[in-house]
Amino acid sequence: MTQTIVARSRAPRKIVQGVPMASWPMRVFKGLVLLVFCAVVIIPFVGVISTSVAPNKQINESGGLVLFPDSVNFGAYESLFAGGVVTQALFISIFVTVVGTLLSLTVSCLLAYALSRPGFAAGRPILLVVLFSMLFSPGIIPTYLVVKGAGLLDSIWALIVPTMVSAFNVIVLRAFFMNLPNEITESARIDGAGELKTFVHIVLPLSKAVLSVIGLFYAVAYWNAFFSALLYLNDSKLWPLQLVLRTYVINDTQLGSAELGTELLPPQASIQMAILVVSIVPILIIYPFLQRHFAKGVLTGAVKG
Amino acid sequence: MLQRSAPRSQQLSLGRRLLRDRVLLLFALPGIGLIIAFHYVPLLGNVIAFKDYQPFLGIGGSDWSGWANFAVIFNGDPAFLRALKNTLILTCLQSVFVFPAPILLALLLNSLFSERIKRIAQSILYLPHFMSWVIVVALFQQMLGGSGLLNNYLRSHDLGTLDIIGNSELFHVLLTSQIIWKDTGWATILFLAALSQIDSQLYEAASVDGASRMKQMWHVTLPGLRGIIILLFILRLGDSLTVGFEQIILQQQAVGRDVSEVLDTYVYNNGVLGGAWGVAAAVGLVKGLVGVALVLAANKVAHIFGEQGVYSR
Repeated sequence: MTQTIVARSRAPRKIVQGVPMASWPMRVFKGLVLLVFCAVVIIPFVGVISTSVAPNKQINESGGLVLFPDSVNFGAYESLFAGGVVTQALFISIFVTVVGTLLSLTVSCLLAYALSRPGFAAGRPILLVVLFSMLFSPGIIPTYLVVKGAGLLDSIWALIVPTMVSAFNVIVLRAFFMNLPNEITESARIDGAGELKTFVHIVLPLSKAVLSVIGLFYAVAYWNAFFSALLYLNDSKLWPLQLVLRTYVINDTQLGSAELGTELLPPQASIQMAILVVSIVPILIIYPFLQRHFAKGVLTGAVKG
Repeated sequence: MLQRSAPRSQQLSLGRRLLRDRVLLLFALPGIGLIIAFHYVPLLGNVIAFKDYQPFLGIGGSDWSGWANFAVIFNGDPAFLRALKNTLILTCLQSVFVFPAPILLALLLNSLFSERIKRIAQSILYLPHFMSWVIVVALFQQMLGGSGLLNNYLRSHDLGTLDIIGNSELFHVLLTSQIIWKDTGWATILFLAALSQIDSQLYEAASVDGASRMKQMWHVTLPGLRGIIILLFILRLGDSLTVGFEQIILQQQAVGRDVSEVLDTYVYNNGVLGGAWGVAAAVGLVKGLVGVALVLAANKVAHIFGEQGVYSR
C-alpha cells in the first residue's frame, strides 16, 4: 500500500515503448556503453581502409596500421589490379557470387512456389524433406565424398552446386508466397495462365522485396565462402578472394612481383590492407539495401518457419 | 481455395493428382534434388565409418571393419580426447559469454530514448555479421597482433606490448571474443522483435503497482523474452559440439593443436588431410548423433516445463 502511494506521488516519467525513461546517470552510462561497442566495431574498418591508401612513408613509420592517413594514394590498388593473383581471384569471386546467386534464387523460388500452392499433391512429403534437412548437418567427410563423386573437385562449380539451395531460405520464400492474396493467382488461372505464367508474371513481380533480401543473403554467403574453397580446390588458379586473403594476409605469405604481375611494389602492409578492403567493400555497398529489408526477412522466417 | 478443392482432389487417385500437378513437380525437382544430393546422400556416406575406406577402392570396394573406427572414441585416444576437451571448454565459454551478450545488448537498445540513435547503432552493430571469418580473423590480427594497432600504440608510449594473437594461453578467450564481436549485434534482432511484442500496458500496470525499473525488468521484460531465449538455447544446444570451424582452422597454425583442436578440425585434419577417412567419419557421425539427441532431449525438457520449444509434439 505504501509503495503504491510512493509511486504515485513521484513525478510521472516519460514513457517510451512502455519503459519509463531512466535517470540521467543511467542514461550517460548506457550511452557510453553503446559508444564503446560501436567504436570497437568501426575502428578496425577505419584502420584497414586508411592504411590501404596511406602514403608509404607513414606506414613504415607507424610500423603497421594507420588510422589517419596524411594523404591519399592508390598505389596498392594499382598493383593489385595489375592482373596478378588478386585480380584473378576477384574475377572468380564475382563469377561465383553472381552466377551462384542467380541459380540459387531461381531454384529456391521454384521449389518454394511449388510448396506454397494449396492442394499440391506432393507438397507435404517434399516440405518434410526440406524441413528435416535443417535438423542435422551431414558431416564434413561424407559431403566431401559426395562432391568428389560428382566430379566437382578442383572445379569452380564446387563452390556453387553443394550450397545452392538453403532450406531456411526456401521456407522464408514459401511463407512469403503463401501470404500473397489467393484471389490474384486464382484470377490469373481463370484467365487461362498456367503455373509457369502465373509464377513469372504474377507472383515474382509481387515478391521483389523478399527476393532482394534472399538474393542478398545468398550473395553474401557465396562471397564469403571460404571452407568449401579450402576443401574442394587444390588448384590455386581457382582460388576465390577469401583464400587469397587467408594466404597473403592471415598467413602473411609475401606477395612479390611474380604474384602481382607488376614491378610496382608498395609496402606489404598497404597491399594486405588493400586486399582486405577489396573483399569488404562489396558487402559495404550492398549493406544499406540489405539493411532496409533484413529485419523483415529474418522475422518472417523465424515466425512462420 | 484449399477447402473448395480438397474434396475433389481426394477423389482423384494419387497418380492422377501427381499428373495434374506435373508442372509444380517439375518446379520442385531441381531444388529438392539438390537438397537430397547434398544433405541426404551424404548421410549414406556415413557407412564408411564402419569400413576400412580406401579412396582408390571406393565405398563399395572397401572392406567392412565393424566398430574398429570407433575405437578412438571408446578407448579414449589422446588426440580425440584433446579435441573433445577443447570443444567442451569452448562450448562452456560460448554458453556463458556469447549467449547472454545479445540479450543484454537488446535490452540496452530497447531502452534507448532516441529512435534515431537506436537505428544508427543497429546499422553499425549488425555489420560484422556479414563479414567472413577470414576477414574477422584478419581484422583481429591487425588490431591486436604483434604489429597491430594496439601494440604499436603501446610501443610508441613505452608501455610494453601485449601478446594476444598467437598466444596459446589466451586462444580460447580470443575465439570467444571474436564471436562476440561478429555476431552479438546481429543476434539482437530476434530479441528486439520479442521485446517489441510485450504489451506496454504491462509496464504501466507494474509501475502503478510500484514496481521499480529493476522489478519491471524482472517481472515483465524477462518473462516476455523467456520463449525466445529457450528456443534459441535449444538450438544452440544442438550445435554445442560445433564451435566454429572456419574460425579455428584459420588460426590453428599460429597456436598449435593442443589448444585449438576441436572435433570438427579433428575430423578435417585426420580425414581430408590425414587420410584416416573411416576414423574421421566415425567421429563426425557420433558428433552429429549427439547433436540431434541433445536437441530432442532439450526439447523434451522444454515441454516438461510447459514451453513450446522448437517443435510441438
